[in-house]
Amino acid sequence: MLLHTINKSPFDKNTFDICISHAKKGSSILLIEDGVYAVMKGTAYEGKVKDTMKDVKVYVLGPDAKARGIDDSSIIDGIESVDYVGFVELTANHDSVQSWL
Amino acid sequence: MKFGILVNEGPYQHQASDSAYLFIKAVLESGHEIMRVFFYHDGVNNGTRLTTPPQDDRHIANRWSELAEKNGIDLVLCVAAAQRRGIADDDEAKRHGKDASNIAPGFRISGLGQLIEAGIQSDRLIVFGD
Repeated sequence: MLLHTINKSPFDKNTFDICISHAKKGSSILLIEDGVYAVMKGTAYEGKVKDTMKDVKVYVLGPDAKARGIDDSSIIDGIESVDYVGFVELTANHDSVQSWL
Repeated sequence: MKFGILVNEGPYQHQASDSAYLFIKAVLESGHEIMRVFFYHDGVNNGTRLTTPPQDDRHIANRWSELAEKNGIDLVLCVAAAQRRGIADDDEAKRHGKDASNIAPGFRISGLGQLIEAGIQSDRLIVFGD
């Protein structure tokens, strides 16, 4: 299965929308860099992210979230936070990686 | 597992150089192998030894050079992208009649075939860019 990475905020670029329109059931999405803004509770994107999570496992790169002041308590429930070693594990555990830039 | 890395964005622009570097460190920590790092488009600006950031900032070019020296990692700049942006090794400088080369230690200049080879020979190709 595919691992998708998204590095842009959904409030800035539309790569999150493009990605979820392509992501197949059982694939995973890892949000990195400014992509981490999608994981915050209470934004206009929360509903869309939660809908996505029904079919796709969503991860966030913890250090990038932390660097932007997004602590664990403000991350949507069910989204798993990983560090860089976790990022590597995700790439190894999926067949290939698609970076949405 | 073998990893190939593609960096498409210049240093100090957004975050691709930092993300790629930290990812590579984690790959090595996890006992995997980096087959090659290929720098394309503005990414070639990672490989100039004339980079001089403020003293309290990270030195992205030196950081790559040290990583290459310590771990024997192959850092490749795309030749066409490098020519356009004024990055040259001694051979390229001579070939184009320039008075100096500026490639950083640990980097080499080669063609796109090196990216294709990295895609074929690595188990995963991870792209960092803007």
